[in-house]
Amino acid sequence: MDLYFPIAEMSINVLLLLALGGGVGMLSGMFGVGGGFLMTPLLIFIGVPPAVAVGTEANQVVAASVSGALAHWRRGNVDFKMGFILLIGGFFGSSFGVWIFTKLRALGYIDIVISLCFVTFLGIVGGLMVAEGARSWLRSRSSKPTPKKKLHQHTWMHGLPFKMRFRRSKLYISALLPLSIGIFVGILSAIMGVGGGFIMVPAMIYLLGMPTSVVVGTSLFQIIFVTANVTFLQSVNNQTVDVLLALVLVISSVIGAQFGTAFGSKLKSEQLRALLGILVLAVGCKVGFDLIVTPAHLFSFAVSGGH
Amino acid sequence: MKTIKQLLCLCFLTIFVPAHAVASSSLVVDLSSNQIEITTDFTGTNLLLFGAIDRKGDVVVVVRGPLRQEVVRRKERVAGIWINRAAVTFADVPGYNFVASSRPLDQIASEETLRRLQIGSERLRLQPVDLSNKDLASSFRNGLIDLKKRKALYSDLPGIVSIRSEKLFRADLKFPSNVPTGSYTAEIYHFNAGKAVSVSRTNLSVQKAGVEAAIYNYAHDHSALYGIVAILIALFAGWLGGVVFRKA
Repeated sequence: MDLYFPIAEMSINVLLLLALGGGVGMLSGMFGVGGGFLMTPLLIFIGVPPAVAVGTEANQVVAASVSGALAHWRRGNVDFKMGFILLIGGFFGSSFGVWIFTKLRALGYIDIVISLCFVTFLGIVGGLMVAEGARSWLRSRSSKPTPKKKLHQHTWMHGLPFKMRFRRSKLYISALLPLSIGIFVGILSAIMGVGGGFIMVPAMIYLLGMPTSVVVGTSLFQIIFVTANVTFLQSVNNQTVDVLLALVLVISSVIGAQFGTAFGSKLKSEQLRALLGILVLAVGCKVGFDLIVTPAHLFSFAVSGGH
Repeated sequence: MKTIKQLLCLCFLTIFVPAHAVASSSLVVDLSSNQIEITTDFTGTNLLLFGAIDRKGDVVVVVRGPLRQEVVRRKERVAGIWINRAAVTFADVPGYNFVASSRPLDQIASEETLRRLQIGSERLRLQPVDLSNKDLASSFRNGLIDLKKRKALYSDLPGIVSIRSEKLFRADLKFPSNVPTGSYTAEIYHFNAGKAVSVSRTNLSVQKAGVEAAIYNYAHDHSALYGIVAILIALFAGWLGGVVFRKA
């Protein structure tokens, strides 16, 4: 069963799209990532023009995140105060990111910058998570008593001004930290056409020291607004958001996310981290491999706006 | 309308066909439809072209789509990775070029004639905007044609036109699902002994229709509102999914 999509200007098999959306939606609910880092490359792979894939994906991530965030909110897993600070940063970051995107595209370097961003961040984040997962797995195997963790490891970050108390996360840290994480992830979010959860989640765990239980819900909460901002800006600047394509992906991913959330809460957080790490690393390797291997076809048409 | 078409034919004949051949041949052509509407279930379509020639010969059909500027990029290896480097911009590139013929083109007419009439993807007159670098332009031109062929937007299909009793001919014109929207022309040539003795020209258009057209136009005419609606739909769908799946 094929459907013609008006902005992508091509017909795609709906069952294939439902399967992709459902699968990515499930991961999104499980790991608290928007799923964009998987869906955008997959859409491009099935032939959707890259500009349309990036714009449409932002729109789809909005829905996937709402449904995921609601599920986590009901379990009390959202730190709204933290989410709000991240969101302010994310809003500015993503607006700036769309501006960079437009500049880079005019210069013809957007494809390579997107790919390099994917390789760099997926590689670093995935590698860290797998290493961490493997360490904790080895620890539990050797059944040595886990070294007692200090409740507060004081570093230079704790000397920063504008300290705020985040009750839900049991943290007392400078608001500048989540703000700058929000800005940074927002920029990447716009350039790479992703929600940014795969960077946000580890940043919240390792940099802010938030408890894993609230990380996923809080990340989803702020992704809703950042991707909504990207959807709006892409619609206005490039007309590359295909609502029909997004709707098909949304329906499947919303259903997938529900199963993912339920399944994710059954897994231990170490397992969750290691699994996400492997996934992130695999996508990063694939993108990196495509950069190095001699392409079958050297020529391509430049992405032309939406026209 | 008919007279305009005939007039167009006449203009064409006077431009391309040797004067002595014009008077002695007639060609009658019609298309099953002059309009292709792209709707939600569009997966490409076929149009039936049929007609008659008054004597022996070959028939060549050229369907050409909307002209637009195309930027072709070439990847080069830089520090181990493949990056888009050089780019050449071509003006007036047909978005679609379909050539159907009753026999292989090289058996129908001389290379010179085919080239003059731009029959066949390889013979399209594709001009780079910047004419300074000839070598670069020629390799990029081949790259462009190859790309279009892979997207099924350029095709040369010998044997697709069937001629019955040296008089009646018909051909199925294929339009893939990624066919660009805009106005098209179909040129039908009657070749005899290597000469185009007659040519007929008809216009057709490819347009989005129904929901497709509505969404596309809204995205371009009211892009800010479109963005807001897209967000609202996503928020609602996400919320609805959450409610539906809420455990009791």
